[in-house]
Amino acid sequence: MRIAIAFALLATGSPLAAQHRQHAPAGEQKDHAAHEAVGAQDPDAGHDLHAGHAMNDAAEPASPGPSMETPPPASAGSGPPRAADAIWGSAAMAASREELRRTHGDFPVFWLQGDRLETQLREGQDLYLWDIQGYYGGPTSRLWFKSEGEGEWGASPEDAEVQALYARAFAPFWDMQAGIRQDIAGPDTTHAVIGVQGLAPYMFEIDAALFLSHRGDLTARIEGEVDQRITQRLILQPRIEANLSAQDVPELGIGAGIDQIEAGARLRYEFRREFAPYIGIEQSWRTGKGADFARAAGQASSSTSLVAGIRFWF
Amino acid sequence: MTVPPLSRRGLFRAAGVASALAALPAWARGHSIHRQRGGTPIRPGFDELAGPVIDLSVGHGPRIVQGRKGHGIAINGSVPGPLLRLKQGDSVRLNVTNHLAEDTSIHWHGLLVPFHMDGVPGISFPGIKPGQTFTYEFPVRQSGTYWYHSHSGLQEQAGHYGPLVIDPAGEEPAEYDRDYILLLSEFTPLDPHKIMHRLRTGKGYFNFQQTSWSDDYPLSAEDRRMWAEMRMPATDIADVTGSTYTYLANGRGPQEGLEYLFRPGERVRLRVINGAAMTFFNLRIPGLPMTVIAADGQNVKPVEVDEFQIGTAETYDVIVEPRAEAYSIVAESMDRSGMALATLASRPGARAAIPPLRQPPLLDMGDMGMNHGDGGHGAHSMDGMKMRDTLLLPPDVKVGPGIDMVSMAPVDKLGDPGLGLRDVEHRVLNYRMLSALEPNADTREPSRLLELHLTGNMERYMWSFDGEMYSAVHDRPIRFAWNERVRVKLVNNTMMAHPIHLHGMFFELVNGEDAAHQPRKNVVIVQPGASVQFDLTANEPGDWAFHCHLLYHMHGGMMQTVTVMGPPESGT
Repeated sequence: MRIAIAFALLATGSPLAAQHRQHAPAGEQKDHAAHEAVGAQDPDAGHDLHAGHAMNDAAEPASPGPSMETPPPASAGSGPPRAADAIWGSAAMAASREELRRTHGDFPVFWLQGDRLETQLREGQDLYLWDIQGYYGGPTSRLWFKSEGEGEWGASPEDAEVQALYARAFAPFWDMQAGIRQDIAGPDTTHAVIGVQGLAPYMFEIDAALFLSHRGDLTARIEGEVDQRITQRLILQPRIEANLSAQDVPELGIGAGIDQIEAGARLRYEFRREFAPYIGIEQSWRTGKGADFARAAGQASSSTSLVAGIRFWF
Repeated sequence: MTVPPLSRRGLFRAAGVASALAALPAWARGHSIHRQRGGTPIRPGFDELAGPVIDLSVGHGPRIVQGRKGHGIAINGSVPGPLLRLKQGDSVRLNVTNHLAEDTSIHWHGLLVPFHMDGVPGISFPGIKPGQTFTYEFPVRQSGTYWYHSHSGLQEQAGHYGPLVIDPAGEEPAEYDRDYILLLSEFTPLDPHKIMHRLRTGKGYFNFQQTSWSDDYPLSAEDRRMWAEMRMPATDIADVTGSTYTYLANGRGPQEGLEYLFRPGERVRLRVINGAAMTFFNLRIPGLPMTVIAADGQNVKPVEVDEFQIGTAETYDVIVEPRAEAYSIVAESMDRSGMALATLASRPGARAAIPPLRQPPLLDMGDMGMNHGDGGHGAHSMDGMKMRDTLLLPPDVKVGPGIDMVSMAPVDKLGDPGLGLRDVEHRVLNYRMLSALEPNADTREPSRLLELHLTGNMERYMWSFDGEMYSAVHDRPIRFAWNERVRVKLVNNTMMAHPIHLHGMFFELVNGEDAAHQPRKNVVIVQPGASVQFDLTANEPGDWAFHCHLLYHMHGGMMQTVTVMGPPESGT
């Protein structure tokens, strides 16, 4: 979360153009039309709690009414609305009732996003990387699909995984996700997944998950990214990812603690909302035991990559 | 394109223009004679239909607006559909034939009809199947300016709407020489289902006026920090914008030259109908004051203004007395991403200056229901304030992920002229300025209060009453006893303005007028973070739709059924 706070500071300082004060509060504005209207009260009264009460007091003699909600009388009846059945027949109405229910509120949509489809230039290595996700479902209950992986151009991926998750909203901006992850490169590993995904204050897109492998290893991953609009179409997206582990997993080359951190920034241009090529830079660090594993495998413990790719969704 | 006035006063003078145009074949009016694929091209503008039996045909075809191509739905081949001209006291039969491959319907917006003639599939009737002709039949009990539209799927966005005017049985209280319709709407080349999908999946997809490093919004760094912290955009004025919409006046884009002819000194009645799916318009005629004489079809005491906001599905009738050569009628979308445009012209082709779009408005703390007065002026602060204190909600509101905000201190803002119009220099209409011309029939004091909370989650694009979308409450109607007099309070816990529409009945806004003169309406805009009260006499038995008239909000769940019991002996 310290990382998120650092990003928050970045976000706060960034709106450069913003030196004006918020426009004059409504309470100081004049509405000439209202003042000229017969019997009209100050239209801005609504912006002031006390004035609001005054307004209600003033309105009461003109049109008195109850101020506390009470339940409907018994004569309002009960049960579902079925007046039309008496005229058209319940059989005739059933299909249209179902159609109305099905299309007004909780209906499923399909969404697929290639968040990062890129090539990475890293000291003498050319790599490809994909990071896609999608869902099918209603606004609070969805089936998610995620996949990411990377490898050297011309070779099969070194790291690759797919996830199938069920997600349920538990807060306005947050989903709880649970499901499985299958690693499809490297040692054959299956993980149980539980995580949260959503939008944190300051508009950070967060995806955090715990993975428990079939060998009993517990790892975690936290990703955060935020869109900084430079113009309506040119968008800078800082991104950070941390991989953590509860134990060493030598066969996967993972060290206990913070195994790896990636921080990057991608600058994209949205030709359409759905299609944006980008360029960027990314720095990756292996730390602690993870760095040792990397060195033992003949890899650098930190690397800098130039990236270029496309982001799309539909 | 010159609009023929409605035939009443000034009939013969202006009808010459109309019939001359009607006599010309399509190719002579500049239309391409090349038949497009996908059927007969849809015509912009509308014809007039009247009489005891009216035949309407719902079809689809290619549509071009200012060179932008799309596919639309049309009634009798045009968008808007034909003007239906009815007479108060008559009975009318409307035979609606469905030539689409899917079900359709027509809802008579604002008309007092038996509930089973109201045209909402799944509530009032089963809908009209492909190939079927459905006959609506009802007595015409009222007069004024109304409209009609599909209540099936998202057809309304595709062009399934038209104007409806009812002449009074007696004398028209207003004096005027010409009578015109200005129906505002939108054209999009996108499939409406794609719009719904993008609203659900793409955050701020249509908003190209968002805050950025390079904007010039009058926001301080601290303001920007607060909005970001709250995960709310201050620029969320309209969900769907001019980035896809071309705003239309009687089916024509701003460059397509819709004009209304007048002779200097004449009094012109403009019947303004907002037939848009998602757009609030701020309408003005620079240089020409407007006298509002009716709202939602119901006469009000004349009130002169320079501009008014018209929410989706509202109608306003205004009288103007143009004297100069020409005037621009400017209907800016509330977020100022575009405008619908027409001209009042003293001769064909006369034009006035077109003012540029004004700076887009921003939401402020008052729009979040933060209406604390003390020390609030100019120093709005979030410190110690909870954006979502669900303890402030009554127990009948279902708290869950579908509620992303709770108004802290929602107050009545019927005096609010609307977003973008709070700081303009001229006279702007607000609801407190409306006063019924003819006294209301029922002036009893309401026997109970019904409080409904407008709730939503912008991120998930969920919209609801009391925290539950229609799909969850479809079998739990809001119930009223026969002839019950109820005061309904709507509290907006979202940062969007919602035009809330009740089918089948007028309600009277509690706007400070006495009970006899509270203005009758069927749509009321509930401003963000504000509350509204209206009084209702539940004397139209049956099941009625009650919903936000922003099309994608309704489909996002902000809808409920209202059940009004019949008189005890009828047992409805």
